[in-house]
Order: sequence, then structure tokens, then C-alpha cells
Amino acid sequence: MNQSIFGIALFSAATAAVATLLALPVAVGLGWLLSRRSFPGKSLVETVVSLPLVLPPVAVGLLMLQLLGRERPLGRLLDAVGIDVVFTWKAVVLAMTVMSLPLMVMTIRAGFEHVNRRFEAMAATLGASPLRVFWTITLPLARQSVVAGALLGFARALGEFGATIVVAGGIPGQSQTLAVAIFNLTEAGRESDANTLMFVSIAVAFAVLATASAVQRQGRRT
Amino acid sequence: MIALEFDVHVRQDEFTLHLHDCADVQVLGLVGPSGAGKTTLLEAIAGLRAATGVIRVGGRTLLDTPASVDVPSRMRRVGYVPQDSLLFPHLTVRGNLAYGARDAARVEAVAEMLEVASVLDRAASVLSGGERQRVALGRALAAAPDLLLLDEPLGALDPARRDRILPYVLRARQALGVAMVWVTHDLDELTHAADRALVVDRGSVVYAGPVDGALPLLGRDRSR
Repeated sequence: MNQSIFGIALFSAATAAVATLLALPVAVGLGWLLSRRSFPGKSLVETVVSLPLVLPPVAVGLLMLQLLGRERPLGRLLDAVGIDVVFTWKAVVLAMTVMSLPLMVMTIRAGFEHVNRRFEAMAATLGASPLRVFWTITLPLARQSVVAGALLGFARALGEFGATIVVAGGIPGQSQTLAVAIFNLTEAGRESDANTLMFVSIAVAFAVLATASAVQRQGRRT
Repeated sequence: MIALEFDVHVRQDEFTLHLHDCADVQVLGLVGPSGAGKTTLLEAIAGLRAATGVIRVGGRTLLDTPASVDVPSRMRRVGYVPQDSLLFPHLTVRGNLAYGARDAARVEAVAEMLEVASVLDRAASVLSGGERQRVALGRALAAAPDLLLLDEPLGALDPARRDRILPYVLRARQALGVAMVWVTHDLDELTHAADRALVVDRGSVVYAGPVDGALPLLGRDRSR
């Protein structure tokens, strides 16, 4: 069981890392857009981005299942090109990405809003294009929030359960994450193994949140 | 000398600013009480604030609302040195100077001229007030602007530091021949640096002409 616990923890960490890497550029783009631009439909974008925070995760999972099921257009399209998503590790990553995105966007957006826009104006007077201003001024000055957002997103992905179990099934050896394994082991009456995984989860979450908090504190000081 | 022409309107909270002038200037001293619209005018010239009207620098049109011309800030070739320097805190002094520089040689030349060559690899965030203003001036000069806007560049410094920095600005004007619009409250700065004065109050031009002619308006006898 020890190796299995290690395997489950490793699988969870790997899928959470991939989900974080997938969500990060989207979160940075949305965070910048929402903090720096006014456009028609901005409130709608804000609401849609925040939906996974307030919807029951199981409902989000069900929505993804209905979008990606083989009998659905998107699912049929993916099936036609040989991509099987539902009940695989890809569904785990997808569920984690969707569920962690709002937290990442909120953290990163707050970081961009904290950057003094006069620095950006100054860079523009020095001939910098908007893209260069973003890469060389805005993003570096908001870097602590970006890192903190990624860490919080990773922690959220690691703890994801509701959407994952619906869209990925939590199949042992195929799509079973830490959170799902705790549920499965508890259901099977293997309390000791469930407790071990619970402590692993607590330790990892504690470490990630402490790091995110330290990074944000450092950002406020600089 | 550069031909500087502006006739701009900027809507503000309390009044609509309307400032105009047209003259060949080396250094235009811009003076007036707080809230008169000095910084607003600089921001309009730099393209950092929405304005209507006409702005031409050296015959080049930066803004001409009737003709639908509004050159973006990054293409105006107008440098800006704010009172609080606004050095990029995550970059070194060299990184700040090089940010808009045409080439490395100009960075070195500006650093030598402003005597900041010894702190080039230092973080911008650890500089003293005087060093910060010299680097801010150097950063704008390294980009080789047609016009340099100085918004009370010495205003945040104590009188002793101000007296030490003023010669650097004058040296930059002399060596690089760049035209300047210099906002100041200090009449000594005005008389030392400017060859033309523009006195503004509540968004309107009260006086435009030789510096000497502005002094009585500003409460100083021209014989001093």
C-alpha cells in the first residue's frame, strides 16, 4: 500500500502541475484583461470565470461530462482525432484546470491592479510597445502575485474532488487522485490508509499555502 | 532650439484647461500655482492624457484633433521626468538607462555625463534621492527625445541637493541640445534654466514670453 500511496500522491501532483501550467497563461491573460481594460461584456466574463467557485463542483463535472461525452459534438470531434478524455488522466487535468482557474485569475488580477500604472506610462514614453510594457514592466512587477496564484491554483487542483469524480471517474491506476482515493478508501472501510492519505494531503496543502503566503508578503514589501 | 506649438483643451474635474503657446524654445519654463494645469499639460504633450487640439514639436504633429491625428505616446519621441522619478524598481540603474536607449554607447555617455556610471549595476530601489533624479533624467535622455518634459525634477530634493543636481540638468541641455519644458516653483531654477516662460493659472495662460517679463507676475523684481 505504501508504494500505492506514493503512486497516488505522485499522480495527483503530476496532474495538478500540468493543470496549473495549462491554467497559468489563461489566468495571466484574463487577470491582465480584467484589471487593465474596459470592454462590453466584462461583467459577463467576470461571472463566467468565477462560476466554478460558487457552483457545486459536481455540477461543473457534469457539465464537462456532457460537453465531452462521446455522443456530444465536442466529444465526437475529439474521438475522431483519437483523443479520449472522459474517465482518463486527461479528464483529471481538465477538471483541475477548470476548478483552479478562478482562484488563479483573482490572485493574479489583484497583483496587476497593485502595479502602479505610471510605470507603464513611463515605459510608453520611452518607446515601448504595449506588449513590451507587459513583459518588461507589468508582469515582472506583479510576479509575486503570479507565483502565489500558481501555488494557490496548484493547491486547489490537488484538493479537487467533485468535478474529477464525475468526469474522470476516479478509476484506480487510471484517474484516481489523492482526494478521490481518500473517498474510495473510506468507502471501502480502509480507514488507516485513508488517514495516511489525509495527512499527506494536509502536509502538501500546508506547504503550498505557506509558500504562497510568503511569496505574497514578499511582494507587498517590494 | 525647437519649434514648440500647442493649443490644447483637457477636461478636468473643476475646469476645462485650455493652454496654448507657439515659439522656438530651448527651455520653456512652466510656472503657476498648484492645480493650475502644469502637469496636465505635460501629460497631454507626452500623450499620457486624453486631450483635444493641436500639439506640434519641431514641426512634427503629435496631436491634431480636427485632422484625427493622435500619435501614441511610444511614438512621440517626448521624454518625461516626473517629480517622483518613477525608476523601474525591478531593474538596475543600467536597466533603467537602457530601457529606451537607442544604443549602449548613449547609455554610457549619459551615465558619464550625469555621474552615475559608478552605480550602474546597483538596484534602482536603493539609490539616494539625488541619484534617482539623475538616473530618471538619464533614462529619458538616453532615448534621444526631441523634447524633454521635466515635472519639477528637483522639487522633491532639499535645497542643498537641488543646487547639486541643477548643474547636471543644465549640462544635459548644453551637451545634448535637447529642448525642454521645465515645470518649476523655484524662480532661481526658472531664471537659470529657461529662455522663455509660460505662466498658467486655473488652466489658462496668464503670460507667455521672456523670463524677465514673468518675474513681476511671480512676485520678484526683475532687478534681483
